[in-house]
Amino acid sequence: MHIMEGYLPAPHALGWFIASAPFVVAGSLRLKRIVAERPEAKMTLAASGAFTFVLSALKMPSVTGSCSHPTGTGLGAVLFGPSVMAVLGTIVLLFQALLLAHGGLTTLGANVFSMAIVGPWVSYGLYRLVVKAGLSTAVAVFLAAALGDLSTYATTAVQLALAYPDAATGFWGAMVKFMGIYAVTQIPLAVAEGLLTVVVMNALAARAVEVTR
Amino acid sequence: MIAAGNKNGLMLAAAAVIIAAPLFLVHGAFEGSDDQGTTAIEQTGYKPWFQPIWTPPSPEIESLLFALQAAFGAGILGYVIGRRHESGRKDKTKTDHHVTR
Repeated sequence: MHIMEGYLPAPHALGWFIASAPFVVAGSLRLKRIVAERPEAKMTLAASGAFTFVLSALKMPSVTGSCSHPTGTGLGAVLFGPSVMAVLGTIVLLFQALLLAHGGLTTLGANVFSMAIVGPWVSYGLYRLVVKAGLSTAVAVFLAAALGDLSTYATTAVQLALAYPDAATGFWGAMVKFMGIYAVTQIPLAVAEGLLTVVVMNALAARAVEVTR
Repeated sequence: MIAAGNKNGLMLAAAAVIIAAPLFLVHGAFEGSDDQGTTAIEQTGYKPWFQPIWTPPSPEIESLLFALQAAFGAGILGYVIGRRHESGRKDKTKTDHHVTR
């Protein structure tokens, strides 16, 4: 899902910065409030950030014969709500842009939008919906993490199709092409991320009930 | 009913199989999807207008930094889970709340 440095036309890069900024600001405020009101949540916050750090560093093989990485943003989105992940995801993306030349500063706004905003919001929304539908928490966490992961990659495909519509087939032609590269590759990884998130949630839940809301 | 610990083990095993299976079932170059995306953009004739400020000088250094990123995250995660279980054990009056139940 990383759009590489310089690989978005300047107006697109700027547009995604403007779209992402309010979410990151709102997330910082919420993060500050959580730490002030519930200092005991700091550990779980650190674990949520750490989970994203681990998973986004692991490039895994997929059925398409290419590799991709999970995002790990579903865990924190379910535990603390989606806005917190806008901040934690931005930290991860900045680290990768500065030290790994993976992603970039000019494309940070777009990458934050897909990984740290759309993914967590899809995860959070799905989690609430599935729990409300009466299914178990484990099923809700699995679906939230898996589909949040997938939605991040679908967002990247949309972003690139908007920036590079196909000369003959336009936006939708480009969309099919980029979806093939990103979203299809991501399907097995998303399932694996869903399973891993449930396992980590179980491990944390030994005493983490106070943070689920 | 399968015990919670077994369930976690089964889920980990399933994740491992899902990740490893393509290596044996598919013949591919297994290059990164991010790089394929970059190539697809270049095929449209686009030239990037900004270069990374710093690029790891070799694939070895790059994998070192990726490994550090994963190790750092795994370390913190393990620490938090360990502390949780320790305090859970001290405080026996609290019941476990396993998500899988």
